[in-house]
Amino acid sequence: MSPDAPDAESRAPLSREDVVYVARLARLDLSDEEVERFTAQLRTVLDHAADVAALDLSHLAPSSHPIVLENVLRPDEPRPSLDRDEVLAGAPAVEDHRFRVPRIVGEAP
Amino acid sequence: MSSAVSVSDDVRSGRRPARAVAEQALAAVGAGDGELRAFLTVLADEALRQADEVDATVAAGRDPGPLAGVPVALKDNLCTRGVATSCGSRILEGWRPPYDATVVTALRGAGAVTLGKTNMDEFAMGSSTENSAFGPTRNPRDRGKVPGGSSGGSAAAVAAGFTPLALGSDTGGSIRQPAALCGVVGMKPTYGRISRYGLVAFASSLDQIGPFATTVEDAALLFDVLAGHDPLDSTSLPSEPEPTRPGVHEGAEGVRVGLCRDLVDDCAPDVVARVHDAAEALAKAGAKVQEISVPEFRYGLSAYYLIAPAEASSNLARYDGVRYGLRVEAGDSAAMNTATRTAGFGSEVKRRIMLGTYALSAGYYDAYYAQAQRVRTLVMQAFDRAYASVDVLLGATAPTTAFDLGSKVDDPMAMYMNDVCTIPSNLAGHPAISVPFGTGDDGLPVGVQVLAPALGEATMFRVAQAVEAHAPVGPTEEAGW
Amino acid sequence: MTVPAETDSWEMVVGLEVHCELATTTKLFCGCRNAFGDEPNVNVCPVCLGLPGSLPVLNEHAVELAMRIGEALHCEIRPSTFARKNYFYPDQAKDYQISQYDQPLNAAGWLELPDGFRVGITRAHMEEDTGKLTHVGESGRIHSAMHALVDYNRSGVPLVEIVSEPDIRSAANARAYAAELRGILVATGASDGRMEEGSMRVDANVSVRQAGSTEFGTRCEIKNLNSLRSLGRAIEYEAARQIALLEGGGVVEQETRHWDESAGRTESLRSKEEANDYRYFPEPDLVPLAPDAAWRGRVRAGLGPMPAERRAALGAALGGSPTDAEADQIRAVVDLGLDGLVTAAVDEGAPAGLALARAANEVAAQAEGAAGLPAGSFAALLSMEAGGQLSATQSKAVLGALLERGGGDPAALAKEMGFEALGSDTLGTVLDEIIAANLDEWGRFCEGEDKLQGFFTGEVMKATKGKANGKEVAAELRRRRG
Repeated sequence: MSPDAPDAESRAPLSREDVVYVARLARLDLSDEEVERFTAQLRTVLDHAADVAALDLSHLAPSSHPIVLENVLRPDEPRPSLDRDEVLAGAPAVEDHRFRVPRIVGEAP
Repeated sequence: MSSAVSVSDDVRSGRRPARAVAEQALAAVGAGDGELRAFLTVLADEALRQADEVDATVAAGRDPGPLAGVPVALKDNLCTRGVATSCGSRILEGWRPPYDATVVTALRGAGAVTLGKTNMDEFAMGSSTENSAFGPTRNPRDRGKVPGGSSGGSAAAVAAGFTPLALGSDTGGSIRQPAALCGVVGMKPTYGRISRYGLVAFASSLDQIGPFATTVEDAALLFDVLAGHDPLDSTSLPSEPEPTRPGVHEGAEGVRVGLCRDLVDDCAPDVVARVHDAAEALAKAGAKVQEISVPEFRYGLSAYYLIAPAEASSNLARYDGVRYGLRVEAGDSAAMNTATRTAGFGSEVKRRIMLGTYALSAGYYDAYYAQAQRVRTLVMQAFDRAYASVDVLLGATAPTTAFDLGSKVDDPMAMYMNDVCTIPSNLAGHPAISVPFGTGDDGLPVGVQVLAPALGEATMFRVAQAVEAHAPVGPTEEAGW
Repeated sequence: MTVPAETDSWEMVVGLEVHCELATTTKLFCGCRNAFGDEPNVNVCPVCLGLPGSLPVLNEHAVELAMRIGEALHCEIRPSTFARKNYFYPDQAKDYQISQYDQPLNAAGWLELPDGFRVGITRAHMEEDTGKLTHVGESGRIHSAMHALVDYNRSGVPLVEIVSEPDIRSAANARAYAAELRGILVATGASDGRMEEGSMRVDANVSVRQAGSTEFGTRCEIKNLNSLRSLGRAIEYEAARQIALLEGGGVVEQETRHWDESAGRTESLRSKEEANDYRYFPEPDLVPLAPDAAWRGRVRAGLGPMPAERRAALGAALGGSPTDAEADQIRAVVDLGLDGLVTAAVDEGAPAGLALARAANEVAAQAEGAAGLPAGSFAALLSMEAGGQLSATQSKAVLGALLERGGGDPAALAKEMGFEALGSDTLGTVLDEIIAANLDEWGRFCEGEDKLQGFFTGEVMKATKGKANGKEVAAELRRRRG
């Protein structure tokens, strides 16, 4: 899929390929039936959102918060860390006091 | 039914032992919850231990606090140290947090007794509690109906008389809507008024913790204990809150009430009728009631269903099988992440994660997510204009009374429509409360909603209490507190 | 692969991305200790482990240090916001990184290299570090691993990412940029700048183009550069690789490449996964960061002299116009933070050139002891040497002892070590005895065999156990010869 940036009017409706791409990004495995069902359901939601997408709100700034706060800071002072045993007790797999995971394919981005 | 206020008074004065209160609550749960499934975890030993501590404090001549001996049920997305916190999901089934949410610490400091963890829609996504991985909760007013969601367990626990108080979380109406459907009081505070530290995040810019109670005064009592600045939450409001409970009975005389058409007109006729009844009652009580229109509210639903899933898709990425919770093994880490999340998340959660991921993805960000955030600005400005001429808004909480279990599970959009009246307050970060006011044609509870501007909880509670004072007397569970 | 000479036809275009760990006591968003080398997973909490329900709160001192870096790099310090960079990886506790995206704290600055060339700084923003992975398998490299282990002690450590404009045109300048930037980071107190320990990590973006062209070629990102030397080698290699590719009619693919130090080449890291869509959006759990004019002013006022200014000051103390050798010594001395010692010693009467040389060599070799070396003692010692009371050899020995002991009185130490100055009488007597014992050699020396001066000097040194002053001996020998 090539997610180019279409404008509001020319955007293609959500496709099966979009759903498959997005599921992979989100590390979710969907059955064929789920892909069909989710594509239909998500399309309905997005259609409903078309009323919003079509509004001309270019004069408004997006609000990422409902509050107006700035510069919330804390002093550089240590606070107690968690007890390691308690932390590792909740872990699915532990080795050498570390969290153990299956081999990692691919370097970090 | 005895209130939290009177339980606390009785316990503090020594007239009644906290232990007796706790035993009564546990007995009620034991007798009635098998059918309702309001609770996922009942903290029998812990509750009795806490109650004993409160009694010891009273015996030593010290004050255990304003919630002395009062049982409180906690929605299962609130972190409780050493106690299972599942968020209604298989992916966190049995997970015990190594820390307490700030509100949990505050409750204990006020002498409350934590009764247990309540059922909820998975990760707070839903309006019926049918999305819980552990089975739905039933509405105590009618076992074949939903209690609403996502805080259905907490609402049901209070409505069933198991506990006078409960905590829920509200992102698009998840406290207020179940309160309306179950016939109890449910309130969402100003964003940032109650700390989110320890609330498992669904949509960070919308989530707030709030109280369920049987009376407005009880809700104010619990709100006052929890409100305040928390240095562990960067979005926590810095100002010290004024207590709201002292002024709760001041009445609605002279308050300018805007009956908001956009929060009423599209609802079921019996709900519309109850809201108009409430408006009349307020007018008789001396409020200045006028009709007002805020058409921008109608865009709220779409904006919410882009913003909330987008934030959720990011907040739920951490459930990857690495550090805690469910793990489904696989040959490599990425495959393990996928297998774990596929097995651990239910359909609604997957649906919203994908919707949110899509709305944020390259090429769609501006048209969907950024646009929705502009709608948020639009709604905030619309509220500000409305509050130039009125002090509070009045509307419905939910568009209908409680619906049948199973009736909307296959139609996500129909389910989402439950939130139309509650969403605007979340977008703007304003406080709002649902107060039971009569019943619908089916005899099921109707809730009316009072909305106030940011930090307007005192006025909101006053007006809500006036509504409550004039509510038609309806059938209630006798708990015999 | 040999590096083709910089011909008229190709030029390399290099931009550097440097991640700098900030020297704070605690992490960026929580109160866990920011410490290197502790037992795994002891410095963790709900926030840096990404536990459900946790929330970030920004460390004020990290902001202070980030602002100092911005100020030192002549950036604009701007109102900024935080953003989430979303991707799955086991060392990323929340499976997103809190970083800064479209509104970074510092932007539009520059860094001047010692040779005067200016490199633009696009931005220097704040972000959190990841945990540390250990791959368990045959070689410890990721490709042959069977499983991996994660330590989150480093998760949440504050970083500043400094991105340069693609202004660099040679591997030498890339090294100079990295070295100068390191000096600046240390001078601001923001970081200890240790590449080998990972507190300063450099990635290079390299492309090539025809000289004179204004278009940019496709660039590759080179990672795993653990020293300045690797940085230089890798850039040379990569530029040559791309040139050879293009000259052979091929196309440079945009990708990330890994520098293999032992093999001396870059390798493609292209995996089967698609390119990441990070889905950046404003971090809803944090509020904007907009340091006010008063804070920015305090940072500006509190910033001490940067390496360039200190090199200039040292050069001036030497009387201006340092030779190439002296310029190297100046760079080394400033790099090690020893310039204060040198200028203070000069103020106390030490000869400047000698102070510089001793600092660049002997003090540098035992730099840990330098903190305990008072400028006055250093100056006194150097004066003794300059005045002939101690030979160079003796002076170095006393200096070594001063550094090892973390201070002391040079004169007393010299006596303790048996380095008393040799009186000229004593020298005369000793020389009489040596000449008498080596009449044949003396005769030849007087007739012009100059190299025998060394022989006689050596004998004098042996007889005086090194106490004689070489210059004095030479002068006396020549005087006696006539």
